[in-house]
Amino acid sequence: MKIAILALQGDFAEHEAGFRSLGCDTFQIRQKKDLEHHADALILPGGESTVQGKLLRELDLIEILRERIGNGLPVMATCAGTILLARQLLDDPVSHFGTLNAVVRRNAYGRQLDSFFIHGSFAGLPDVPMSFIRAPQFEFCAPGTEVLAEHQGRITAVRQGNQLAMTFHPELGKDLRVASWFLSEIVQKRHSV
Amino acid sequence: MKNTQYELNCDLAKMLKGGVIMDVTTPEQARIAEDAGACAVMALERIPADIRAAGGVSRMSDPGMIRGIQEAVSIPVMAKCRIGHIAEARILEAIGIDYIDESEVLSPADDVYHINKQAFKIPFVCGARDLGEALRRIAEGAAMIRTKGEPGTGDVVQAVRHMRKMMQEIRRVNSMADDELYEAAKTLQVPFHLLDKVRSTGKLPVVNFAAGGVATPADAALMMMLGAEGVFVGSGIFKSGDPAKRAAAIVKAVTNYQDAGMLAELSTGLGEAMVGINPAEIKVIMEERGI
Repeated sequence: MKIAILALQGDFAEHEAGFRSLGCDTFQIRQKKDLEHHADALILPGGESTVQGKLLRELDLIEILRERIGNGLPVMATCAGTILLARQLLDDPVSHFGTLNAVVRRNAYGRQLDSFFIHGSFAGLPDVPMSFIRAPQFEFCAPGTEVLAEHQGRITAVRQGNQLAMTFHPELGKDLRVASWFLSEIVQKRHSV
Repeated sequence: MKNTQYELNCDLAKMLKGGVIMDVTTPEQARIAEDAGACAVMALERIPADIRAAGGVSRMSDPGMIRGIQEAVSIPVMAKCRIGHIAEARILEAIGIDYIDESEVLSPADDVYHINKQAFKIPFVCGARDLGEALRRIAEGAAMIRTKGEPGTGDVVQAVRHMRKMMQEIRRVNSMADDELYEAAKTLQVPFHLLDKVRSTGKLPVVNFAAGGVATPADAALMMMLGAEGVFVGSGIFKSGDPAKRAAAIVKAVTNYQDAGMLAELSTGLGEAMVGINPAEIKVIMEERGI
């Protein structure tokens, strides 16, 4: 399986290492010519969504990727990646891909002092390590959204079709179950749209 | 198992990777930096070049000024305290800064001890010239390292020297046998367990940025080629002719540092770079502070 990792800014190397140890081929997307390669899935890493969003536009990547996600390319997004996917951002007039029918609030928990780490359940998998780092929150998800994880009454992971979006980081430790779930449940069973 | 604040702090630094952190002195500059694609800003009253020009004692910035910058942008905000100045660090923690830079750019408050950063909840970044300095700062609790370079000069030579040295030492440690590693811990004056971690992973245990003297997109790309995971730009942006354009070009140069064609485009028509001074012309050597 060939996994494309958006590598404009952020913790793309952690995602890449994870998918490699699961036996996938990976490549990085840093500019338009990187889009010539075939990919079975796209990873949107953590980082600063303002930086990633700006570079997506200036490097002329946003339209092509939006179209591919719209056409059903499986995508896994963590933290900033979820902000890129959201249809609407609270307190911010700009949205990016806008393919995920959800409203997201940036830095919803506060500043770095309010970042936290928990073990939680994800799609029935118990005790998954989850780091919330200046994390966003889902304020609204369209009806029919599959909720995969929650924390203190807040949705923290969702699936809509071939899009998996999380407000936390599953990629920072050695536990690869979330990535592995994405491969088996979304990439291999890719829904046609 | 990771559940400590320290690990969360190291993880925040991972979110900054591949990005550019810019020195700003006003909310307006902070917004220019954010719009240009900065992944964080460093709030300070005077940029290093002006600190150099002004002379005298340089201290933590007015918290009111830092708050103004926190309110102006949505990206992480860092601020500097003097080396060893525990009280300044506590003040910055109290106003909810995202990262503290215990920085040699300011006048050191303690000429023997660095801050025990393990006693803080807030993350720290510290400067280092080599592997020994880096691991000593990490032992004290730094969650991120940057090269010292020679701040405020617009001359990248010191940052290059420090990054080269660090990478050479990491490669050397990487191939050591156990008995050699004990000896290396002794000569580098660092904890054995941290050095052992460097040996097994081939990198620093925390994120490693370049800083000090970066003035052009090519400088930023050079530091990435030498192994930096991201770049701090201090005086280089707001001491130049067209800060917004230069800042945006440096951001893109860091992402696409391997593409010379794009670097050529990014380097074109940027206007005047900061004038800069070379090491032989400067009186205050900041890199020697806090080793």
